[in-house]
Amino acid sequence: MPAKNRRTRALLRKTAKIIVIIVVAVIPAIPIWIMYAWLIAQSFSARVIQGILPSGFTLSNWRFLWTRVSTVYEAGLSIWPYVANTLYLALGVAGLVVLVSSMAGYALSRMEFKGRMKMMEFIIALHAFPSVILLIALFILLNKMGLYGRGYVTLTGIMIVKAGLEIPMASWIIKGFFDNIPWDLEWAALVDGCSRWKVWRYIILPLVLPGIGAVSIFSFLSGWSEFLLVYTYVSNEKLYTLPVLIYYLISDLESMPQWGLLTAMGLFYTLPVLIFFSTSQKLLLRIYVGGVKG
Amino acid sequence: MVRVRLENVSKYFGRVAAVIDLNIHVRDGEFVALLGPSGCGKTTTLLMIAGIYKPSRGRIFFDDEDVTDLPPKDRNVGMVFQSYALYPHMTVYDNIAFPLKLKKTPKSEIDRKVREVARLLQIEELLDRKPGQLSGGQQQRVALGRALAKEPDVLLLDEPLSNLDAKLRVYMRAELKKLQKELGVTTIYVTHDQVEAMTMADRIAVMNKGRLQQFDAPEVLYNRPANLFVAGFIGSPPMNFVEGSVVERNGEYFFEAGGFKVRLPAELGRIGAERGEVVLGVRPEDLEIYRRDGLGGVEASIYVVEPLGRDSIINVKVDGTVLKILAPAEIRVEPGQTVRIRFKPSRIHLFDKKTGRRLTYS
Repeated sequence: MPAKNRRTRALLRKTAKIIVIIVVAVIPAIPIWIMYAWLIAQSFSARVIQGILPSGFTLSNWRFLWTRVSTVYEAGLSIWPYVANTLYLALGVAGLVVLVSSMAGYALSRMEFKGRMKMMEFIIALHAFPSVILLIALFILLNKMGLYGRGYVTLTGIMIVKAGLEIPMASWIIKGFFDNIPWDLEWAALVDGCSRWKVWRYIILPLVLPGIGAVSIFSFLSGWSEFLLVYTYVSNEKLYTLPVLIYYLISDLESMPQWGLLTAMGLFYTLPVLIFFSTSQKLLLRIYVGGVKG
Repeated sequence: MVRVRLENVSKYFGRVAAVIDLNIHVRDGEFVALLGPSGCGKTTTLLMIAGIYKPSRGRIFFDDEDVTDLPPKDRNVGMVFQSYALYPHMTVYDNIAFPLKLKKTPKSEIDRKVREVARLLQIEELLDRKPGQLSGGQQQRVALGRALAKEPDVLLLDEPLSNLDAKLRVYMRAELKKLQKELGVTTIYVTHDQVEAMTMADRIAVMNKGRLQQFDAPEVLYNRPANLFVAGFIGSPPMNFVEGSVVERNGEYFFEAGGFKVRLPAELGRIGAERGEVVLGVRPEDLEIYRRDGLGGVEASIYVVEPLGRDSIINVKVDGTVLKILAPAEIRVEPGQTVRIRFKPSRIHLFDKKTGRRLTYS
């Protein structure tokens, strides 16, 4: 009798656990999944019944990929210049962030200097600033530096600002990877016949590569999805990035927006995010788990 | 193979002195152990020989070449770290081949050497694995292989056995010693384990608080320790110490401390008497236990008995001081029992209480 009781209780506990997991993790995700499913279905459907139900298969919503489309915003709109703008910004941000944060992370992890701890706290505090409150100050700064209103230079200015906002956190992440490399490993390489540079190249770099990879993906994506800075500082329509372009396409209410086209563009815009997250899940997990286990 | 010479080497980290005025000459092909408690500066010394740390003062010579300012890569030393420090992203093969690749050795030559070392250390079947897939003992051998493959002039070992389990440690002790003699490579071995140092090394440098205490062959350290530290550090169970003074009565010398009264050999007694306050030291195996009266010696009561199988450590109390005695297991005594103990006169050491130095006579 007591044995049976215990078994029932164990079963109950197990069921309760599963229910909690479903409530906490699965149910909140359902609306998000429904929205994505709707987006995908919508982008391939010819007509929409009652504004909700998709029907009839077509590829015409994706025609912006191979032809110019006429929109309320621009008569013969080609998406590729905007893709190029967005790529320019995102790759630039990623490059700057990796360059600075890998060096800063090494210094923070390996070098002893006065006020190192204070500096690290300060860096984290920097990350806490939302960019909105900096908009005006940054505008004045960019203007004074001649990085405003001059074609691609404007985008470059935004690139620098965005990288500046990303670098603190990235430095911390990379510092964690450097921390995990014991001094013994560097010393062993020195004894084995490496110069300092070769130690970095053959031992340290391969071991922090996951960290650099993760940081570059994160900063690429944050550059790719940057909206506020571009929306605020870019006045030349030719220099819009994808998020701002889509925003203008949606917000033009003078005529009926072409929902099918918009959903397809939206999906196209999220593609890099989806690709990166699905291919680099393991890498991203390692940021949180950490460690350079062989 | 080279001689290694440290001349007045000191190392300071900020205001902390890690190594002070160290003078060590290691002969060609010799196996020298640096022995001491943790924090005594032995690993710092090793890292200075490797070239990782630069001495704050003093010079280091390999043969007659001053290598003090040479970077590690130009010294041709092989080193095994306590953590083994294998490169986790490389296979065992690449780990061993790494120093050879840096030397720009031809590929075929590298392959030959790696396989030769792997055969020597019996790790041939592990060459394709990554360090993360190896056991501690295997990692240790790979680390040794990496250090040996480059055919170093000096082999530096930093507590290489301390992360192995007890059984493997005893096995590797003999293996390492045999290997070192076969290769004839000058070897400096850092350890805090006096048994390792005693069993493997040709000579042992005992260090404490950054200073060299004594540098000599194991049996000399054991039988003629230079000071209280060496006497207490070498040997297990450790030497017994009793503080007291030497007095002369009718031409005979006695060590006295409360209930203790031990007759000393005349020469030792004479120099002991000159000092006054001394510390008497005697090893556990140099004390004998008697159950009967009338044979002289000191009266003692049994405190605890620790049987070890082959022999027992019998702890006795004499006037409040506990002494350890190594006795054959056949001697059966019970706690609380009164016995008499006798000191082997020729095996008694006297140390100056102030300086800690052992009193010697010629």
